[in-house]
Amino acid sequence: MSIFSIKGKWSSNEFNLIYMKQQQKGLYVPSMEKDSCGTGFIANLNGIKSHKVIEDALTMLQNMEHRGACGCEENTGDGAGILIQIPHDFFKKKAKGIGFVLPEFGKYGVGMVFFPQDKILREQCRFLLNDYIDELGFELLGYRKVPTHNEEIGPSALAVEPKMEQVFVAPKTAMDPKKLERTLYILRKFATHKIFTTYPEVKNDFYITSFSYKTIVYKGQMTTWQVRPYYSDLHDEDCTSAIALIHSRFSTNTVPRWKLAQPFRYVAHNGEINTIMGNLNWWKSKADLLESSLFSKDELEKLDPICGENLSDSGNFDNVLEFLVLGGRSIPEALMMMIPEAWQNDEDMPDYKKAFYEYHKTLMEPWDGPASICFTDGILVGATLDRNGLRPSRFTLLDDGTLIVASEAGALEIDQSKVVQKGRLQPGRMLIADLEEHRIITDEELKETICKRKPYREWLDQNRLTLEDLPSPQEKVRRSMDKASLYRGHQLYGYTKEDMTMILGPMVSLKKDPIGSMGTDTPLAALSNQAQHLANYFKQLFAQVTNPPIDPIRERPVMSLFAMLGGARNILEPGPDNAKFIHLDHPVLTNESIAKIKHIYHKDFKATTINAVFEADGQAGRLEAAIKHICGSAEALVRKGHNILVISDRAANSKFAPIPSLLATGAIHHHLIKTGLRGSTSLVIESGDTRETHHFATLIGFGASAVNPYMAYASISNLLQKGAIDKQYTLDDCIAIYQKAIGKGLLKIMSKIGISTLQSYQGAQIFEALGINKEVIFACFKGTVSRIEGMGFDGIAKETIIKHSLAYPSAPVPNPRLEVGGVFQWKRRGEYHLFNPQTIHLLQHATSKNNYETYKKFAVLINDQLEQACTLRGLMDFRKGSPVSIDEVESVENIMKRFVTGAMSFGSISHEAHSTLAIAMNRIGGKSNSGEGGEDAIRFEKKENGDWERSATKQVASGRFGVTSYYLANAEELQIKMAQGAKPGEGGQLPGHKVDEWIGRVRHSTPGVGLISPPPHHDIYSIEDLAQLIFDLKNANRAARINVKLVSKAGVGIIASGVAKAHADAILISGHDGGTGASPLSSIRHAGLPWELGLAESHQTLVKNKLRDRVTLQTDGQIRTGKDIAIATLLGAEEWGIATAALVVEGCILMRKCHLNTCPVGIATQNPELRKLYNGKVEHVINYFRFLAMDMREIMANLGFKTVNEMVGKVESLKMKSNINNWKYKQLDLSPILYKESVDETVGLFKKVAQDHGIDEILDRKLINYAKPALEEGQSVSSIFKIINTDRAVGTMLSNEISKKYKGVGLPKGTIEFRFRGSAGQSFGAFGAKGIEFTLEGEANDYFGKGLSGGTLIVVPDRNATFVPNENIIVGNVAFYGATSGEAYIKGMAGERFAVRNSGVKAVVEGIGDHGCEYMTGGLIVVLGDTGKNFAAGMSGGTAYVYDAKKDFKDKCNMEMVEFDKISKENYKTLQTLVRNHFSCTSSNVALDILNDWEKAKKRFIKVMPTDYKRVLEQNKSNKKSAIKKTVVAASIKWS
Amino acid sequence: MADPKGFLNITRELPGKRDIKERVADYQELYVEFSEEKTIKQAARCMDCGIPFCHNGCPLGNIIPEFNDAVYEEDWVTAYDILSSTNNFPEFTGRICPAPCESACVLGINQPPVAIEHIEKSIAETAFEKGFIRPEPPTTRTGKKIAIVGSGPAGLAAAAQLNKAGHFVTVFERNTRIGGLLRYGIPDFKLEKWVVERRVALMEAEGIKFKVNSNVGENVDAKKLVQDFDAVVLTGGSTVPRDLPIKGRELNGVHFAMDFLDQNNKRVAGDRILKEAAILATDKNVLVIGGGDTGSDCVGTSNRHKATSVTQIELLSKPPESRSEETPWPLWPMMLRTSTSHEEGCEREWAILTEEFIGDENGNLKAVKLVNIEWKKDQTTGRNSFVKQAGSEREIPCELALLAIGFVHPQHKGMLEQLGVELTDRGNVKDNKYQTNLDNVFVAGDMRRGQSLVVWAISEGREAAKAVDEYLMGESMLEGKNDSKLIHA
Repeated sequence: MSIFSIKGKWSSNEFNLIYMKQQQKGLYVPSMEKDSCGTGFIANLNGIKSHKVIEDALTMLQNMEHRGACGCEENTGDGAGILIQIPHDFFKKKAKGIGFVLPEFGKYGVGMVFFPQDKILREQCRFLLNDYIDELGFELLGYRKVPTHNEEIGPSALAVEPKMEQVFVAPKTAMDPKKLERTLYILRKFATHKIFTTYPEVKNDFYITSFSYKTIVYKGQMTTWQVRPYYSDLHDEDCTSAIALIHSRFSTNTVPRWKLAQPFRYVAHNGEINTIMGNLNWWKSKADLLESSLFSKDELEKLDPICGENLSDSGNFDNVLEFLVLGGRSIPEALMMMIPEAWQNDEDMPDYKKAFYEYHKTLMEPWDGPASICFTDGILVGATLDRNGLRPSRFTLLDDGTLIVASEAGALEIDQSKVVQKGRLQPGRMLIADLEEHRIITDEELKETICKRKPYREWLDQNRLTLEDLPSPQEKVRRSMDKASLYRGHQLYGYTKEDMTMILGPMVSLKKDPIGSMGTDTPLAALSNQAQHLANYFKQLFAQVTNPPIDPIRERPVMSLFAMLGGARNILEPGPDNAKFIHLDHPVLTNESIAKIKHIYHKDFKATTINAVFEADGQAGRLEAAIKHICGSAEALVRKGHNILVISDRAANSKFAPIPSLLATGAIHHHLIKTGLRGSTSLVIESGDTRETHHFATLIGFGASAVNPYMAYASISNLLQKGAIDKQYTLDDCIAIYQKAIGKGLLKIMSKIGISTLQSYQGAQIFEALGINKEVIFACFKGTVSRIEGMGFDGIAKETIIKHSLAYPSAPVPNPRLEVGGVFQWKRRGEYHLFNPQTIHLLQHATSKNNYETYKKFAVLINDQLEQACTLRGLMDFRKGSPVSIDEVESVENIMKRFVTGAMSFGSISHEAHSTLAIAMNRIGGKSNSGEGGEDAIRFEKKENGDWERSATKQVASGRFGVTSYYLANAEELQIKMAQGAKPGEGGQLPGHKVDEWIGRVRHSTPGVGLISPPPHHDIYSIEDLAQLIFDLKNANRAARINVKLVSKAGVGIIASGVAKAHADAILISGHDGGTGASPLSSIRHAGLPWELGLAESHQTLVKNKLRDRVTLQTDGQIRTGKDIAIATLLGAEEWGIATAALVVEGCILMRKCHLNTCPVGIATQNPELRKLYNGKVEHVINYFRFLAMDMREIMANLGFKTVNEMVGKVESLKMKSNINNWKYKQLDLSPILYKESVDETVGLFKKVAQDHGIDEILDRKLINYAKPALEEGQSVSSIFKIINTDRAVGTMLSNEISKKYKGVGLPKGTIEFRFRGSAGQSFGAFGAKGIEFTLEGEANDYFGKGLSGGTLIVVPDRNATFVPNENIIVGNVAFYGATSGEAYIKGMAGERFAVRNSGVKAVVEGIGDHGCEYMTGGLIVVLGDTGKNFAAGMSGGTAYVYDAKKDFKDKCNMEMVEFDKISKENYKTLQTLVRNHFSCTSSNVALDILNDWEKAKKRFIKVMPTDYKRVLEQNKSNKKSAIKKTVVAASIKWS
Repeated sequence: MADPKGFLNITRELPGKRDIKERVADYQELYVEFSEEKTIKQAARCMDCGIPFCHNGCPLGNIIPEFNDAVYEEDWVTAYDILSSTNNFPEFTGRICPAPCESACVLGINQPPVAIEHIEKSIAETAFEKGFIRPEPPTTRTGKKIAIVGSGPAGLAAAAQLNKAGHFVTVFERNTRIGGLLRYGIPDFKLEKWVVERRVALMEAEGIKFKVNSNVGENVDAKKLVQDFDAVVLTGGSTVPRDLPIKGRELNGVHFAMDFLDQNNKRVAGDRILKEAAILATDKNVLVIGGGDTGSDCVGTSNRHKATSVTQIELLSKPPESRSEETPWPLWPMMLRTSTSHEEGCEREWAILTEEFIGDENGNLKAVKLVNIEWKKDQTTGRNSFVKQAGSEREIPCELALLAIGFVHPQHKGMLEQLGVELTDRGNVKDNKYQTNLDNVFVAGDMRRGQSLVVWAISEGREAAKAVDEYLMGESMLEGKNDSKLIHA
């Protein structure tokens, strides 16, 4: 029973409901479903309604089919739909036919209703609906059955197809249109709520898609092609509209839900809201403060709840937007509140706009995440993008006033001569067309009007406070502690020696979170015998596939750490009161600051302290009672008007133990939400147990506004006194550094999940709990996913009391010392590690001596976790099966083919260590993995003795190092690394000193210059983008299987389903504990989940969705024994990855110093002296894999499986160990992991079916045909082709043909000269090999020239186009991502992130968007026009020349890594040649003007040069010898 | 951590030893001064491993990387603090430990290991020198009384720990001086006795009582002891030497090594020896039987006596010059070890069986008959056995033969018999987590585990002390080498 079952809005019933819903039986959590999409609209600026608008929009929808997806049946779509203006004439005609007369437009409303299939239920719903129509003052005019044609709809969708009817109502007494719209809204909400309460069983079947006098939505569970035939209304000539908003959905789920199709009532959303949990909680806390002049109290009650959990993130977003709009705000203003631009760090933003955003942050936290939103209220129509511009949005304006906006250009074929303007939406910008004013309103004009409506700046100035405004407290504030108090505090709050020496010390010395390597092999908190910090039970979630993580360093301008204190107020009526808050620059409070806050004396602020302690006598129920008590106090205090609550554990003493700060915070946060008071106050935490970044993240994630870590300060003071911190710093310095380091860490954690602002992170609960029971979750962390139960309040109390008794021992302690910790290093008294002196020794001994008996001893130590549990699988045992003879079991050789080694890059480990693994895996028929650092082409050829150093699996990671057409061609498998277990959601960095000649060459970069892997793949911000990359790679190597590497987390199964639908052939579910060359310790420990959970969830979900047989499932993460792989197989994996253990066999002794390049056994180092010490042997590695297979085979025989395939997913052969006595983990419930999805026999449980990659009839087949003479004989060919936006990855397959035959060298430049006319689909020219020269006349979409490998690409506008090229977008976002060589000339502008991670392409372009040349490491970019913001962020190599005609480039360039270099004579020559080339290829007027006026014009160029790169180039110049060394070994074939 | 690249730039270096001629003329320690600076450099070689095998290899669980780092940082206070948290007597182990930590050192995989033992000694000596080590009597007393029987390393460690826990501790020693094997077994040239005395003085100052000449079971009633004290810890060592019952064993000149060493230590300490009982190697051909550490001590002592010749023989085959494949890193390697005593001069032979002691007419030893043997491994049983090599029999002149072939078990007669404690099959005292079959009687050290190293004895004393403390108080604040205090039941 929950402790909060009585008071508040959550009844225990509801609790059970939510819990059941969340829990279900397996691991699949429906609330984690994601979707992503294509969207767009067509509007006529003049407001002229026509049928053509609808027709065109439907055509456009069809052409975005590739952005949607279908499930296991190809005729069941994920959802598609269209929103149009009410077709009054059409309805009038139809009504007449049915027998009722419609009043004139604007005097009635139309509801589009999904009724249940069941007739009785349907009539019951209708009955109620009719009642409410009447109750709300409407007259029911009539119902109209919507004619539908479901012949083409797939069976799954058909099974739940609703009955669709339109209901027509008119107000009994006349209403003005706005009132009418509001009342229809109330009717819809109220009727739906009531019907759901009366008939809960219709929750999924009864739904009103729209109810308005202005707009109507036609949508459903369809593919984009099915909308048109399904709704015959839409092809009636009388059906007209001036606006048509469309949406094509790509969902990770296949469980059909008609109502989740889009558009919703106001928006069509492409993207994902990462902060949804927090947004919903905050909304709940604001709802009670609502007052409105437009809605009466009664009406507000009828509307409640305004948004709910039964919807997708987009659905909830729409609900809140709708409420704000009908509550009196204009749609753009409401959107500016919900998705503000990145304003905090924007120095160029006008003050009125900043004031607007700053003021509104008190009303609404950003709904953060990638978003491209098309919206309309029936009069205004427009589109907006998130602050980071993570979704594409292109627009075209025609001379007849038609405005076309879509995720892609060219989705609708148009007469190019009519184009007035082509553009793309920029990050945070809005495009609005006002159909009443017949014009487009620019972002500047629109926002200026909105921002100046109220005196926001004045309100802020008069009311807003900062900490500096508050008087200093009178009492003396102390930071240090005497030795005894410090020791006591340390024990009380669970400090270990490691916390001092490995966390706090380094955090100050290094000014950031400390770095570690090799992953983690310690028990999960839920399994550890050592008392844990409560935060250790919470695992950070992170972005993968469905949304991108952010780079918090290179894209710092979009990030913010601001926090604020005070109570919120009514958000509907803006006034000066809303500006009454205390602004904090960041959430880490000094002791002085918290003293100020505690003693605040101010008319607007009332602060009070709640003592979070509980009686430490060890009796059951003490903690729970204390939690109840503090929640009650909090409630009473807020009711008395306290708008700042300080939750403090300082009152702990010998009798009272501190309540873990996270528990106290979560409990009060949720209690206040439940009682409707949360919005009226803010929570400040004063806690001794907060020290690591993760502790702060959990506190803030569960509702805290600010935190004072006083014990951390005292500890730092002590370290300083002891001389462990550089003496040049004062304590003030150290505290400031610590605060900064925590801030940086928080940014990293937020950015991992793609959240940019701390305000949105606050309360967003982006964690999965592991080992906490449902009572605690419900009381303190409601809504947090927790799937395997575990400890309750008493358990948490127990762990706290252990620490308390160390602080207040019953007898004097002879040797008072902190415990060692032993988490980051093995220690005798420390945390248990799977790899420890014994197991390392046994494994190395067994494999070097080829002794299976010794291996068995090793396996027993790893497997037998009765005394000391370490992994979830350690708690599992096999059920007795009916054994078969071992001779009947498939052979060791067969089993060994299923082994893969983990991805480790050449660079993170030495060539010796890397190639040993490759040879071993090639010998046994398994797969080694190149890792993300490329691969030396000399390894592609077999050795004389038959050995092969080629890695069968080639990885494609976010850095795209060395990913060329030739590299891709040399693989059996291409693996897209979406995340890495040790640091999911983070990028990486290879410091310059590690990039030697060899690594630099393989990575196509400059030796000595550091390399950055960005956190996201810049061509994957969403699931349909991944589908695109899979398509690209499949084109680049048709023989290779495409593997997508994911990291285990709640919802990974849902993502895996999406990935399967995106046509991956294999999916790797990686555990959180995998190794790494370097990663923040906090990520190694706290991000991601064990593979047991992720694998089981993925298998269950894939089976449920009938997708399992389309993909091979792999898993990895600390796999060491036959038992491990047997369990993995039973949970659903058919292949297994082993990395760390394989390295141990090669000699690794887990130094955990990989990041320092000092590996003493020559494995994780590039130091030639240390590499000589490498002593690993291919034979030893093979021995190990053979032992594993033998071990596996014995288990198979015992369980009665003859083949691995028949064993996959047979989870019934597993059980939880019955003899578990440990008080803590015997409470765990593994049944969700061991759940078996029941399906009929036709559903495949392992990979059986080949994916249809849709590459059979693509344009490249034609190109290859035409290029035959070139491919076969090397003859020049040329031809012309028509192209449309569904022609994607054009040239990629052709390039693969070149690479297969002509290897890295390719064909001579321009051998294949092809011209295209039209709108090219995504990835035009991707991985284009040397020898192709493509000229595109028209325009291109995103990922133009991705991975270009020597080819030449030219783009010019259509011959009929009349617009000015250099002011119009002609190429989409993320062009030349990861390109390694080639040339390009673009007559026009390109979008965001031009040449991101380019390492060799030379390109000329006439203007680009934000983040140009990001992470570039080589190549040459010439921009002849404007650039967006944040140019050259993370650019470590290559050169850019920007023609700065407007003299404003300086402010747009991120100068962190680059400088403006002097342009030499030689440079000018190169530059002039390139501009000349550009002119000759494109006839560019811009180029012509510059060339004609060269002497003057050339002075306007700015040369952007990375500082490090320049230094290295200069060094090389002085040392020509090393330059000569840079020979291209890849050139094994020479063209003659 | 210490210097991350230290091991790449610095090689192992140990203090030099005094000239052989000079050192065999006295009983003082062999090593010459080694500058602090050099020690710090040695500490810089520590790699601060992710898995510190040294820390695992050390029977005490010394947290070696941590004190190495502290030394590297020149923070000797912290270094001693870390070291003393696991080891009560680093000044002993720093001198005489065979250093299994160094065999387990990760650097030892392909390079000379870190000079851990030297660093340990340096920390201890620096701590004494700089006055960090002061008597620290417990602030409160529990009122419980504990008797420790035997003042060897195990007894001393148990005493020190139990005193820290606030109990009244009395140590009973049958000899006239405190130290047990440290005092009477190990020659001064390896461990000068002021080192032991310094520690004992410190312990006395902390409140521990030492009763010498108190032979429990003889002049002290064992049963009464058990009644008078709340707990008794038996740390009498494994004192019964293994004999070699061959022909001529009874001859004058055939002695147990321990008798020889014991007497010499007393002599060096200034005790007077009964002339007729004196065992001297002076002007004799000495044969040391047994190739272990005790044998080596006999070699060193004989040389200091100015023996005519010294020969050491061993039954087993000669071990390999370097680490054998049978004992790969991080195991204690089977390999040839040359001690400082060996350096001072002696013949060493392996695979030799002693067949007979030959005496002269007066019953004095004059020669020993030896034979070479060959070891063979039985392929089926896996057991090793030897055969004599025909024709290799020979006699060598010998006037003093010292039996250094180990100890069998503790002395049963007297205390153990009187108390009636249960014994194991091997004759050691049987225990359950250091507790004997008698409730308040505990056992530690060689008396429990059989003959072993000093470092093991200290570990035993510490762990037994914790068991005693728990027995008396219900819980213990003392440290255990493997148990974190953060572990919950």
